[in-house]
This record gives sequence, structure tokens and C-alpha cells, in this order.
Amino acid sequence: MGIKDHRGRPRTPDRLDSATGLAGRQDALRVPGQLFGVLRRIRYDPVLLFFLMLIAAIGLVAGYSASEQSVVWVEKSAFRFALAFLLMLVIAQIPQRVFFAVAPWLFVSVVLMLVAVWLVGDIGKGARRWLDLGFIRFQPAEMLKIGMPMMLAWFLAKRPLPPRFLDVVVALTLLAVPTVLIVMQPDLGTAILVMMAGLFVLFFAGLSWYYVLAFVAAVSAAAPLMWFYVMHDYQKERVLTLFNPMADPLGAGYHTIQSMIAIGSGGIWGKGWLQGTQSHLNFLPEGTTDFILAVYAEEFGLMGLIILFSLYLAVIWRGLYIAAYAESVAGRLLAAAISMTFLVYVFVNAGMVIGILPVVGVPLPLMSYGGTALVTIMIALGMLMSIRTQRSFLGHER
Amino acid sequence: MSIRDSLRDSQRDALNDRSRSRRIFRRRVLLAALIALIVFSVLIWRAAFLQVDRHAHFSELAEKNRIRTLVIPPERGRIFDDGGRVVAGNIATFQAQITPEDATNLKNELAILQDVLSLDADTLHDLRERIRFGRSFDPVLVKSDLTPYEKAKLAQLQPWLPGVEIVSSLKRVYPYSHLLAHVVGYVGRINVADLKRINPDLYQGTQYIGKSGIERQYEDLLHGTPGHKEVEVDALGRVVKVLHITPAIPGKDIHLTLDVPLQGIAAAALGTYSGAVVVEDPRTGAIKAMVSRPSFDPNLFVDGISRKNYQALLNDPERPLYDRAITATYPPGSTIKPVMGLAGLQYGLLDPNKKFFAGPYFQIPGDSHHYRDWRKWGHGWVNLDQAITQSCDVYFYDLAYRMGIDKLHDFLTEFGLGEKTGIDLPGESSGLVPSRAWKRKTKGQGWYPGETVIAGIGQGYMLSTVLQLAQTASILAESGKRHRPWLVKNNEEKEPPIELKSPSFWQDVRHGMLDVVNSPHGTARRIAAPYLIAGKTGTAQVFTVAQNAQYNAKELAKKLHDHAVFIAFAPYDDPKIAVAVLAEHGGSGSGTTAPMARKVMDYYLGYQPSQTVKPEFVQHGD
Repeated sequence: MGIKDHRGRPRTPDRLDSATGLAGRQDALRVPGQLFGVLRRIRYDPVLLFFLMLIAAIGLVAGYSASEQSVVWVEKSAFRFALAFLLMLVIAQIPQRVFFAVAPWLFVSVVLMLVAVWLVGDIGKGARRWLDLGFIRFQPAEMLKIGMPMMLAWFLAKRPLPPRFLDVVVALTLLAVPTVLIVMQPDLGTAILVMMAGLFVLFFAGLSWYYVLAFVAAVSAAAPLMWFYVMHDYQKERVLTLFNPMADPLGAGYHTIQSMIAIGSGGIWGKGWLQGTQSHLNFLPEGTTDFILAVYAEEFGLMGLIILFSLYLAVIWRGLYIAAYAESVAGRLLAAAISMTFLVYVFVNAGMVIGILPVVGVPLPLMSYGGTALVTIMIALGMLMSIRTQRSFLGHER
Repeated sequence: MSIRDSLRDSQRDALNDRSRSRRIFRRRVLLAALIALIVFSVLIWRAAFLQVDRHAHFSELAEKNRIRTLVIPPERGRIFDDGGRVVAGNIATFQAQITPEDATNLKNELAILQDVLSLDADTLHDLRERIRFGRSFDPVLVKSDLTPYEKAKLAQLQPWLPGVEIVSSLKRVYPYSHLLAHVVGYVGRINVADLKRINPDLYQGTQYIGKSGIERQYEDLLHGTPGHKEVEVDALGRVVKVLHITPAIPGKDIHLTLDVPLQGIAAAALGTYSGAVVVEDPRTGAIKAMVSRPSFDPNLFVDGISRKNYQALLNDPERPLYDRAITATYPPGSTIKPVMGLAGLQYGLLDPNKKFFAGPYFQIPGDSHHYRDWRKWGHGWVNLDQAITQSCDVYFYDLAYRMGIDKLHDFLTEFGLGEKTGIDLPGESSGLVPSRAWKRKTKGQGWYPGETVIAGIGQGYMLSTVLQLAQTASILAESGKRHRPWLVKNNEEKEPPIELKSPSFWQDVRHGMLDVVNSPHGTARRIAAPYLIAGKTGTAQVFTVAQNAQYNAKELAKKLHDHAVFIAFAPYDDPKIAVAVLAEHGGSGSGTTAPMARKVMDYYLGYQPSQTVKPEFVQHGD
């Protein structure tokens, strides 16, 4: 079996191996040829990349409007996107076994950090979420958004699937410990996202439908308990506001009302780019971050939303396709969980903007301007690409 | 079973498991893809609900968010006199204001402002509070009515005062101050009572409303229509863009028939007396001057009069706010006699040439009460002309007695007395011509013949305004032709002329009035001028002289002096001016008010007396 590239086609050894003794015109031709060869060796998924770049482009277009036509903002944002895409491609080059080799260590250290946060964390915006390591200040919980599915995929892939009862119990324990720690910060939003990511892995691992139904029943039963014992007043207020935003139009309901006005007034075709009054006159808060979808929907209307949502759906479907054809068990579990977590992100943000979910600080992937979340998402997408392009290696189970 | 076998079995199981788990996995991936589709369908369904079903509703909300309508108040119309002089105008006043968000060093700037505008500690404290609680982009008033020095100083310090602006606004001013206060009136801040009678839409953004005089009468014309400015605002209410402007329609300018110099002459003629002068053009009814003394400064009212000033005006015993030309009523006194003469002729009770013996008093047959003449010894044999000329009381006592109160009331009412003249000013009084019905109604008593007798010389219950007296003089001047008095609008609808049985009756009475000034026996003979003045003096009694008591003017406090009245028109042949003058506590019409009227007529008719009118002793009384 000859050397093949990542698509399984034979390489062209004559070009790669004859790097000596050539001169003149041939040399001039060879440099681009070599570059082309290097590029061809970069592992990426063109379909996924295409859709992601389209979404990012839409994000810049909407952000230009939302930032009051700030070229500086667009430059900064484009630079961030470029770095993020670069990060994604770098991650995509890492063999997936590395991820799973790292997974338990990452998981354990993050849990330890969460304990540290619980004990000595920095307080920001009324919650203890940050860990200051002197040189960097970050939220360990954020790392679990990827770390959790990695850990569970690694754990379950080594067990016979569908998972047995004992394995499920161990998996749920692995899930519960950090989740509870995050809830205690308190950061309900992140806790739910982390938990969802873990549950997706269990679901795709083939968890029996009885367990799934039991879990749904448990959540339904736990919801009232959560309301009275876990949720904080501000969280309850946000939920209540959802059902009746007009109860406090200038307070808790303000974001929801102004966002719905922005979207509703956009109509089918929208007010046109840079013509949105809600965002340009600052009625819409957080126009470049959490509420960028409202800015977009005001200016591009229902048609714009259909196009954008189609792109997101394409990304998710591509992710599921990658999962379906991934050859390692851990890889396919991780790929499917990442895709569905991506769906959760989009749904939670869009649902909030559109007025069917409470206001929570979840950004819209690739549209919202924000650092940490973008990094997390791009790392996850990079892993997805890595799983896509390295399917034929001999993983630790096959 | 060997360990190896069991291991193989378990490996087979594992292989089976693996393919089974892959099948499960693929099914669940398909399910997840379906779920993703459903999630996006729900999102789009919801977006469609907002953007299609409820689009109109949210569009309206967005517009409401975005657009505010600001009012542009109209400029108030100005008021001019007959000669085109501005008697009520608008001047720009300057005020300093500060926009906190534009001020780079607010503390420092406030210190500069305090120094330059000499603000006291209270004002500064108040300013700080207003800045603290206001919106940062809303300008805060620092000081209004800047002096030129303050303005220049602020302009000079502009580089150190970012955010401080000098803005102008229009303020109502009355350049002639006291002179026209009662006629032109004044504007003031809109109060609760005003709000009930105005259309609030028209008064958005307006500070002033006419409170009295012409300013009130012609409020609708003067005010104008406010304009609107539609602006786009941001979430903080800050104006971002002007979308549309409907300019304000300024109020109409108003031209008065009044002549400021004549008004000045009339006011000067009145001197220190409280009283009123009304000058009317008998040919048109145009009021050329209308003075009420004492007066006040209407400028005090414009920006809200201070409590102290207002109390001072209210408590002034002379009551300067009271309009003595049209609101105050006085007994007309002897000035009613020409009208009484006309009534006598009309009813056939008088023969103008028939002599009547006027003794020192009149008695109702069967009554011992003496209705005394002003001249102790009476006038002897007088005809109508002489009775008017010498203002013979007994002659008119007799006439009134024979006429009876009903006829007297009818004729005087026909003449326009006891009713508003209808001048275009608010606050006019109707005066009073008493009647049996009136007395029954107000006093609950029957009419006594003695009351008819004194009504014959304009005393008793009878009351009239000075304007009514001027109007009486005008009607006499025009021999019955009548024009409603007016200041701004000539009322086209002419009042019907007074028709008498014979036009010669007018001449009889008018000639009597001519002789009042121009005969050696006339009560106002000392104002005889090269042009022919016809007039009638009068005295409005302030109190009733007790029976058999001597009236000694000198012994009475000034307060108790009679009001002096004089009506006149000139020139006799072709009357161009009718005047009524009333001086409170002026004593006699002949001595006090007749010379005042002369001055006014001299000026009006363009006559320059080469020498001042010689003061001449005139026996008291009319």
C-alpha cells in the first residue's frame, strides 16, 4: 500500500521527493507546486469550512451595522475570526487519539480547578466564576463544554456499547460532579450546556430509551425543585419575564421587548442593511454580542433568518454526517455531541432573541462578538474536522 | 470452557455489540438530524409569527420608539399703533445654558460661571442639583436675561467653557410701559384658568397667553399656529436626526387705531389725577386714545410678576390695575343734560325756545323736599340753549319729572347708555340706566318720583363708563349717526342711527353745547379756541350733600371731592374728534377736565396755541 493522502488517493512522490538538482524555469514552477502540496496536506473539511466562513461573513456584515458602522470593529472582529479559523485548522491537524489521551487529565484538572474556584475564585458580576492564575484569568467551566464530551466519549468508547447499567452510573457521576460545582458558582447557563454535552454523548452511545425517558421524567419532576431550591431570584425573574415581558418593560422585560420589536418590525424582507432603527438608535442592547441576531433579523427580515438558519442547519448536519462516518467509537460520539451542542447554542441564543427562551448569556456561534466562547466553539469544530480527516488511523479501539 | 474460549466468546460478543451499537448510533444520528430540522423549523415559525403576523404591530412600536414630535412655538404677532409704532413687540433675550455631557470639567466651569454671572450660593446649589438629576445631554438653564456684558464675557471665555451655550428666546415687551397698559394689556404665563379655555394643541410649547386688553381680545390672531419638528431619537431620547419640519405660522400683527403721541398728550393732560380720557373719531368710531390713570408697567407681568410687586399693585389705594376708561363706572352728572334735552324734544315735552323760570330749587308738587340748583340763586328765565349752556339743574329736574322714569330709561337706553358699547376689549362695563324693573329686581323697592328728578341731571343710580361718555359725545357730534367704538377691527355692521322726530332737535342741543364753550355764560368758556369746540361739563357727586348743607369744596378732604367730567367734540361744523375726560376728585368739570380736553383737541386738530390758555377764575359748579 503506497503513501496516500488523507482522501485515500496515491500521492505523487515524483514531485515531493525530487527537491534537488533542478534549476531555472522548473524551479519557478516547483515552488508553487510545493506550496500546493503543503496545502493539500493540511487536513480540513471543505464543506464545513465553507458554511462556517459564510456564517462568519454574515456575522461581520451584521456586526458592521450593529457597531454603528465601525470599520475598526470590523477589522478587530475579522482578525479574531481569522485567528479563530487558524486555531480550528491547527486543532484539525492534531490526531484525534491525542484528544482522548488528554481527555481524562484535562477533565481531572478542570474539576480540581472548579473546586479551587469554589474556594478562592474571583468574583465577577456577582458570581464566583473566575480563576486568576496571575497571568491569566479564566473560567474553568468554559473548558468543560468540550472537556465533558471528550471525557465521556473516551470513557464510554472503552466499554461495550450500548452502555451497561454500571457504566451509565459511572458516566452520570462523572457528569454530575462538575455540573454541581458549576451550578454552585452560580452559572446555571454553563452548567446546563455542560450537562447537555455530556448527555448527548450518553445518548449517542446508545443509552436505552428507558433511561432517556426516565431522565426526561426526572427533569420534569426536578424543574419545580430547581425553581425553589437552585435558581436565584434573577434567574426566576428572567423566566417569568419570558411569559409576560410587558410586566416590567423598562426593567427585566426590556431586552426581550426591544429584541422582539426589532425582529417584528423587520418584516419579510427586512429594513435593509444599515437601516435598522432599533439597533442604530441603541434601543437594542448588546447589538454586537448576544443580540446580534435581532440586528440581523431587523435588517434582513425573515428571508435573512431562513438563509442564516439554513447555514447553521447545514453545519449541524455536516457534523452529524461526519459522526455517522467516523470510524472510531470515541470520535463518532464526540463528533455527534459537538454537533448537537452547537445546535443547543444556536437554539438557546435564537430562542432568547426571538422571545421563546429566557435571557441567558449564550452567544450565537460565529456571529456574536466574544472571545472565550469563540475559542471554545472553534476548538470543538477543529476536533470535528480532525475526526473527519483522520478516520483511517489505528485508534485505540477499532 | 477454557479461559481462551471464554475470551473468544467475549470478543465475539464485543464484535456483535460493536455492530449493534453502530446501528443504534446511526439511527440516533438520523434522529438528531431530524431534531435539528425541527428546532430550526420552530425558530423560523416563531420568527414568521413576529415578522409576518405581527409585523404591523412591531413596526408601529419601532416607529414610536424612534420618532418624537417636538413643538416649534409660533412667534407672537406684534401690536402697532396708528402711526406704525410698535406698542407690543418681541425682543430676543439671551440665556446661558450648560449641557453637562459636553462639559469637560464641570466643576471648573461652574466656578467660572459663578464668577462671571455672579451667581449666589443658592442659585449655584440649585444648578448643581438640576445637573445631577437631569439627563446629561439635556441643556440646563444657568441664567436668563443676560446682560450684554455677561454675554460678551461668556463669549470671550468660550474656549474654557465647552458645553456652555448662549441661546436666545423671544420675550414680550411693551416699550411704552405704563402709557398703554390698560388698552394693550399684557401677556403672562399660562395658568390653570387659561388652560380651560384654550386648545392645548395650539399652545404646546407656548409660554405666554394674553391676559388682558388687546392681548387677550385678539389672542387667537396674535398667537399663531405652532409648527412641529419630527425627530429621530435614540434610546436615551437624544435627537439623532431631524426628519421633517412643519414651520410655525407666526401670529398676525395687529394695528391699533390708537395714536401713541395723542395718548401721551392725554395722559400728560390728566396730570396727577386718577381718571380716564377717551378720544374717539366720531366719523368712524375709531378710538384714538384711551388713557386710564394711574397705570402700571405691563412688562412686570410677562415673566410672572413677583409676589411683592403684585401685592404692591393690589394694595395701592389708587388701584392702578383698574381700567377707568371702560371698567369703572361713574355717575355721568351734567354731561347727561344734552341727551335729556333730546329726550324732552323727542317726547314733545320741550319747546326749545320757550323760557322756563329756574329758581334756586325744584320741588315735586306736594313734597317739601328741595332739589337745589348748583347756583344758589338760580338761573332765572332760561330756554333749552341757556339751560345747557349754564347747566341749569332745575330746568332738567322739571323735565325729568314731567318725562317720568320709564320714558327717560327708554330714551337713554336707545342712546346706548346702560349697555356695553361693544368695543373690542375685554372687561367693559355696561353702566346703568335705572328703571322701575331694575329697582324692583335689585332693591326690592318701588320707584320714587324723587329718584326720577335726580336722574335728570345724571345723578342717583345712573352710571356710565368714560367710554360711553365719549360715545355720547360722538353721537351728538354726528347728530345721531352711530359707530361702534373700535380699536382694531372696524365693525362693518353699522349701528342704526338714532332717528328723532325732527333733525332740528339735534341742532338745538348741539348749539347749546357750542355755547357751553363759546358763550360768555358757558361753564367751559375759558377753553374757547380759534376752532369751535362744543362740550358739556359735569360733576359726578361722590356723596350726597345733606339737605340744607353747604357744599364747601375746600373743607372736604380730597377724597370727598366730586369727580370732574367733561365731554366735547370739535370742530363744531365738521366734527373730527370727540373726547370724554374724567378726573376723580377733580372738583369741577369746567375747572379741571375742560382744559385737559382742550389740550387733547389742540394736538389732534393740529392747533398750536400761541400762548397757554389763560387761567381764569370760573365759579365752581356746573
